[in-house]
Amino acid sequence: MPIAIALILLVLGSVLFHLLSPWYFTPIASNWGTIDDTISLTFWVTGFVFVAVNLFMAYCVIRYRQRKGSRAAYEPENKKLEWWLTGLTAAGVVAMLAPGLLVWAKFVDVPKDAAVVEAVGKQWHWSYRFPGADGKLGTVDARYVGDKNPFGINPDDPNGQDDILVASPEVHLPIGKPVKVLLRSIDVLHDFTVAQFRVKMDLVPGLVTYIWFAPTRTGKFDLLCEELCGIGHFVMRGSVVVEEETAFKAWLGNYPTFAQTSARAAGDAAAGKPLYAVCAACHGSQAEGNPALHAPKLSGQGDWYLKRQLKSYKQGARGTHDKDVFGKMMAPMAATLADDTAIDNVSAYIKTLPDHPAPATVTGNANNGRKRYVICGACHGPDGRGVQQMNAPGLKGMSDWYLVTQLKNFKQGIRGAHPQDMYGSQMALMAAILSDDQAIDDLVAYVNTFK
Amino acid sequence: MDYVAHDASAYAPPAEVEEMELYHPKTFVGKYIWSQDAKIIAVQYAVTAIGIGLVALVLSWLMRLQLAFPNSFSFIDPSNYLQFVTQHGMIMVIYLLTALFLGGFGNYLIPLMVGARDMVFPYVNMVSYWVYLSAVLLLIASFFVPGGPTGAGWTLYPPQAILQGTPGATWGIILMLVSLALFIVGFTMGGLNYVVTVLQARTRGMTLMRMPLTIWGIFTATILALLAFPALLVSAIMMLLDATLGTSFFMPAIVSMGQQGGHAGGSPVLFQHLFWFFGHPEVYIVALPAFGIVSDLISVHARKNIFGYRMMVWAIVAIGGLSFVVWAHHMYVSGMNPYFGFFFATTTLIIAVPTAIKVYNWILTLWHGNIRLTVPMMFAIGFIFTFINGGLTGLFLGNVTVDVPLSDTMFVVAHFHMVMAIAPILVVFGAIYHWYPKITGRMLNDSLGKIHFWVTFVGSYAIYYPMHYLGFAGVPRRYYAIEGTNFIPESAQSLNVAITVAALIVGAFQVVFLYNLLWSYFRGKPSGGNPWNATTLEWQTPDTPPKHGNFGATLPVVYRWAYDYSVPGAEQDFIPQNVPPGEVTRSSART
Amino acid sequence: MSMFHQLMVKPWVTDQGKIDDLYAGGASSGLAKKLALKVFLAVVAVLFMLLVIAYGGRMAYEDWRPAPQLRLLWANTFVLILSSVALQWAQYSVRRGQMDAMRVGLLAAGAFTVVFLFGQVLAWRQLGAMVYFDVTNPAIGFFYLITGVHGLHLMGGLVAWGRTVAKVWGDFDVTKIRQSVELCTVYWHFLLLVWLVLFGLLFTGNNLDLLLKLCGIR
Repeated sequence: MPIAIALILLVLGSVLFHLLSPWYFTPIASNWGTIDDTISLTFWVTGFVFVAVNLFMAYCVIRYRQRKGSRAAYEPENKKLEWWLTGLTAAGVVAMLAPGLLVWAKFVDVPKDAAVVEAVGKQWHWSYRFPGADGKLGTVDARYVGDKNPFGINPDDPNGQDDILVASPEVHLPIGKPVKVLLRSIDVLHDFTVAQFRVKMDLVPGLVTYIWFAPTRTGKFDLLCEELCGIGHFVMRGSVVVEEETAFKAWLGNYPTFAQTSARAAGDAAAGKPLYAVCAACHGSQAEGNPALHAPKLSGQGDWYLKRQLKSYKQGARGTHDKDVFGKMMAPMAATLADDTAIDNVSAYIKTLPDHPAPATVTGNANNGRKRYVICGACHGPDGRGVQQMNAPGLKGMSDWYLVTQLKNFKQGIRGAHPQDMYGSQMALMAAILSDDQAIDDLVAYVNTFK
Repeated sequence: MDYVAHDASAYAPPAEVEEMELYHPKTFVGKYIWSQDAKIIAVQYAVTAIGIGLVALVLSWLMRLQLAFPNSFSFIDPSNYLQFVTQHGMIMVIYLLTALFLGGFGNYLIPLMVGARDMVFPYVNMVSYWVYLSAVLLLIASFFVPGGPTGAGWTLYPPQAILQGTPGATWGIILMLVSLALFIVGFTMGGLNYVVTVLQARTRGMTLMRMPLTIWGIFTATILALLAFPALLVSAIMMLLDATLGTSFFMPAIVSMGQQGGHAGGSPVLFQHLFWFFGHPEVYIVALPAFGIVSDLISVHARKNIFGYRMMVWAIVAIGGLSFVVWAHHMYVSGMNPYFGFFFATTTLIIAVPTAIKVYNWILTLWHGNIRLTVPMMFAIGFIFTFINGGLTGLFLGNVTVDVPLSDTMFVVAHFHMVMAIAPILVVFGAIYHWYPKITGRMLNDSLGKIHFWVTFVGSYAIYYPMHYLGFAGVPRRYYAIEGTNFIPESAQSLNVAITVAALIVGAFQVVFLYNLLWSYFRGKPSGGNPWNATTLEWQTPDTPPKHGNFGATLPVVYRWAYDYSVPGAEQDFIPQNVPPGEVTRSSART
Repeated sequence: MSMFHQLMVKPWVTDQGKIDDLYAGGASSGLAKKLALKVFLAVVAVLFMLLVIAYGGRMAYEDWRPAPQLRLLWANTFVLILSSVALQWAQYSVRRGQMDAMRVGLLAAGAFTVVFLFGQVLAWRQLGAMVYFDVTNPAIGFFYLITGVHGLHLMGGLVAWGRTVAKVWGDFDVTKIRQSVELCTVYWHFLLLVWLVLFGLLFTGNNLDLLLKLCGIR
């Protein structure tokens, strides 16, 4: 008896939960309203069956529970009833399947006028490629992938020269236009998911897969990787900004073509030397850093990383948080660098400076730190050397006190919280793992053991 | 119609059946350790499976703790989180459920229910267990190697399974694959036994259609497993070669961590096809024995024949057959040719029909029944409820269009836990409460059983029903932490906390069950040979627990199907399968 | 009675009960072993079928590079046929009670099998020494994998063969030996058949490709 009541209560509770739940699909922002319709349809059919069958079961339990002198009926089968039930079930199944297949037929059939954009996934970042003026994407191959050519574009393919490369986790798309997203992975499986668009698809290394949709609502939407891709899976995020055509065009104009990136001259260290004079005041003439002035060591750091940080400071993506005292001091300094060329030059100069390991100042239990570093090593390299293709700066031999401050900043949301600081936000999620200051000290103590 | 007796002239004395040669051990070790008695082997399987299952239960707690209280536990980082997820899944699906249903229940029930002395090849049966045990030990060993066990997800998808950047990509994955290969070898030995025993060792009169549905379920599941596990074996071997010798079956040319990989030309999707060609039948390898067992529980405790026995058999066979042509519904968004979606959505939804029929027939068995709300019956009803819920959400995921937004979210996690974790586990519990008296000669404690039932049933519903809604809201699965998105409401976190609390409670209450098992073994009420008044042969043994050889001097002869409950005209409300037509006591009230 | 027909009966009906009562129960252990072997061979067949399907699936990719063909395999195939013939002869002899001939047949079958396995290893080494050898070429990987799995099954067969051979000297139970020989023969024929299919489809030119094209799949 209690179990029959429990069944009834669970059925009622489930229905109520469904009706009252604040957790449901986020509002749609693409043309795939039909997918939502098939879901509603499935809800109606299955919901009806759920309620009806379970209530009937509860009824049977109450009505036919054992009582004194009661005896069960003997009915091996009832063909008619069974065929009726089979038929009804089949009808319900068809009612759900048929509309589903119709929508799927649209899913497979990409509109001819769909614009093409390629999303490239690699552990644990997104980047994008737009076909340039010729409307064609160049051929690619994993063999070509390197620090200079992270997209792996075939340098000999003329179609690839004008491809526009967006080396950032954020992509913009024009509203209202169907877009076919080609999906390519450089290393492992990933999955391109924007909840508001409803559609998703895996990226498979060795293949190019696709999805298509037409954004119907402007805004900024989270892009998540939803196929397990290793330790950093949960930080492999990006965003899709849907905006008006003109804004989109302007945004796309900021990004270089493949030809431009490959032709870009390396920074001129000689030209960078005078620019560095300003920096030297704090960071030291050899860029060895100065703890007293809270200026970290720069020599030995990847120039690509220095450039990115200088640009972040210049754009206000870093050094603008109220509590980032020393970042706020750096921001105006970065502003003195006139343009990207100046940034390239000064970074090139820093690269020429000798890399002597900074003295250790942090004490902690390196042994404990080693266990924690397993996670860090996935991006920064097991030896802390830093891996450009993972967008992970070097840690080995850098100012350890600075690592501690930055880890704390990341953890407290002082760094990496700015919407434009894409890679910083990833680090913020990772720094959150470090439970307390001791954990940070242990970790940095372990980093200090790298030779 | 007169159901009680067919003409007694049809009664034939037992034919001269070749008696089986049993191995008679003399020592304790021979009897209980290197045992060739299927009943002992069954207990060995069950204890091992439940033991390793408890490890997986603890792993699930750790996972849930992280999801509810992110970054609060220093011993859970993204790396070992993935290891917990992976090992939890792998252990539960393969090492617990498959081993428990087939190795445990299969071994115990097949010989007893079909009226055989033992499995046909007792020696092979023994080896099967020891190979299984070594597979389990290898799996445990992987927790202690450098880098720990693999964290590639229970599906072990390449390329990431064997690349740096995934936990346990060096030693862990290799031990995992070798352990799986061993498991498959061990299972094949056992499986051959189960199939041949069902086909060749049934006692006189036990035709196929007189077999209890438990045997049908286990038998069909065994055939599925025999045909499906080779796919896993092949993929495990191929991945091992990719990982160790540098072949490129599944590994395309890639750049990992900024380094060019040494592979070229492999296909990750090929692995997925092979894996799911095994993986989907695997769902039914777990589900079919549960279907069979629950049918018998319901029939016995409702004192009524199972409704539509033939339909139930056909449905089991149909589901088994169909399960081989639906595998790619796990791969709708895997990047395979999207046109496959039409085919696999259709086959998948077709499988809903025989499955629904089974549900209807269970409930129609209750209808006009004489339901005894015993603990096994409560678990059976709990199973039906849970299974209906899990089956219906399967209609979401099987229908390719509906699957797309839900795939890779917590909805999937909730669905498959409902349908192939909680539902079969409820059956396992029901079955243990049901057959424990036969195994030990004592009843399990009823009050403890009821506490265990209520917490497990309601608690696990409280875990998984709300979890679907996290999936609707877009919470991805396999995520160590979901903070930092714009579209998932903050309140999702409070739901996560609630789910974790429920999971901790349900998990902890399993202690009640374990305690009951131990306590009742010594103190339980003596059960007698047939405490539930059931008809099937295992309850008709001369000794309880049955001795080696099961049936004493002569094998039973079967005169009726397994479901002669409440037969009109018979005095008692059950007629055991081995009661000859002439010996049925007629009720005096018969008109 | 066919399986299908058996599944259609209503076991609770009185008339059916009379028929069912006549079912005599489980058969001898000999039949059980035969059945077990058949079920096992079905499992093995699935294993090789999956390997061939995987091969075919991989082959469909553009960058497929076929593996070089080895003439030695023809000789090996011939030797494997001989071993099957020898076993067939052993079975023929044991059925006619000619024990000496059976012994010769058994020993010859074992010897040919060992020669075959040795030949396969030789083929492995030949391929490994070739300029075409490239471990990342899936065709070559499949060659080693498939021949390896096939060879392992033969080695398993040799264990059963060895147990039989060990029993055929001195006093022995003729029915038991006969049964063992029969089982070995079925197993060997099966593995020969598997090898012929593998060899024909995969290792003598790309006949699988031809077959798939013929069937219109590619």
